[in-house]
Amino acid sequence: MPDRTNRKPETGAFFPRDRQWHAPALTPGYKTSVLRSPQKALLSLDGTISEITGPVFGHSVIGELDNDLIHNFARPGESAIGERIIVHGRVLDERGCAVPGALLEFWQANAGGRYRHKKESYLAPLDPNFGGCGRTITDDEGFYSFRTIKPGPYPWPNGVNDWRPAHIHFSVFGHGFAQRLITQMYFEGDPMIWKCPIVNTIPDRQAIEQLIAPLDWANTIPFDARAYKFDIVLRGRRSTLFENRLEGN
Amino acid sequence: MVQQLGYLKETPSQTAGPYVHIGLTPNFCGIGGVYETDLGARMVNEQTLGERITITGRVIDGAGTPLKDALVEIWQADAVGLYNSPTELRGSADPNFTGWGRCPTAADDGVFTFETVKPGRVPFKDGRPMAPHITFWIVARGINVGLHTRMYFPEEAEANAADPLLARIEHRHRVATLVATGAAPNYVFDIHLQGEKETVFLDI
Repeated sequence: MPDRTNRKPETGAFFPRDRQWHAPALTPGYKTSVLRSPQKALLSLDGTISEITGPVFGHSVIGELDNDLIHNFARPGESAIGERIIVHGRVLDERGCAVPGALLEFWQANAGGRYRHKKESYLAPLDPNFGGCGRTITDDEGFYSFRTIKPGPYPWPNGVNDWRPAHIHFSVFGHGFAQRLITQMYFEGDPMIWKCPIVNTIPDRQAIEQLIAPLDWANTIPFDARAYKFDIVLRGRRSTLFENRLEGN
Repeated sequence: MVQQLGYLKETPSQTAGPYVHIGLTPNFCGIGGVYETDLGARMVNEQTLGERITITGRVIDGAGTPLKDALVEIWQADAVGLYNSPTELRGSADPNFTGWGRCPTAADDGVFTFETVKPGRVPFKDGRPMAPHITFWIVARGINVGLHTRMYFPEEAEANAADPLLARIEHRHRVATLVATGAAPNYVFDIHLQGEKETVFLDI
């Protein structure tokens, strides 16, 4: 990665995670959390080298079609059915610094709301040209983009009549393992967002709004695909200027 | 008025859901031809230095049932205690060891398996060596924020007794939840989400 700033690699510990901003572990409205939520207090500790470091993934792991879910599972000359969209944005940290080289992996249902998975039983049909997974790595300034079809909403067993709003799952690696994050992106204007028990595990309305991607008309490609913009913020890290540097630097 | 700090808020976590394997280990769940291999499936090769070990375990819910839809990732130092990471400034880690592994829990018995090497010791912030350990991160349907924890080694009783993180655990009987059972080269590390044997999870 070219370093235009002349800075040493950053080795500061990450900002503490704001646990009031995230969902608590136990959220009875989302029933599966009841038996899967730790009940004892977490052990809070400033990050050590084991969490400040993390794996990095070179662009060599990424295949040509990995960021194109319309084509990466399709038969030659065919494409996935659905509303063509581009999802793009930037990965930043809490300080507003770009996170270059971040691996993003995504997965989603097809246009009818059906996942390609043997445990999935929703009656909507599979699309033979849609697999549902993709990945990309952010560029030097933290930007990413991928092409896909807009996923459909689908019912799920929780309450008698619970439906997931259309969403795309994201997995993100930053520069340290402490930044590891999995989240979901929703689409602007979807009234189902506010009815969803999984969305509503997050207590703060502004935090939920951080997961809703606006329609990005400026980046929409005429006669091809609409764009949605989704920025992702990972934990920031402290400057190490005045900390002991016992790691040998 | 004072200046604004201007910090952003971290993107809130959401559950990985029941189909995390589609996104992170597609070959494992039958979606072939998109990626050549699943990332993190192999941590070592023939040239990797160090003592080969195998870690198996389960992620167990509050009813005692192993999760069949979880995903576990591990991150660790190489055999001499160096991380394969750009922020490792103490030296160059073994180029034949990634330090990072990813494994879905199996659909039949919920077992995850990692073929790796025993990590060397790495320093705590004050320079004291920590006992050899492996960082674990667990996501699944029903887990709203990924869970961090650590696995330590049962034969390292002396190092474990002096480990700065283990020393912070107030209820001493819970230290055992972070120590694998079994013996080299086959360790077992079960993770309990709730109950009497609830694993110590970290806010770190």
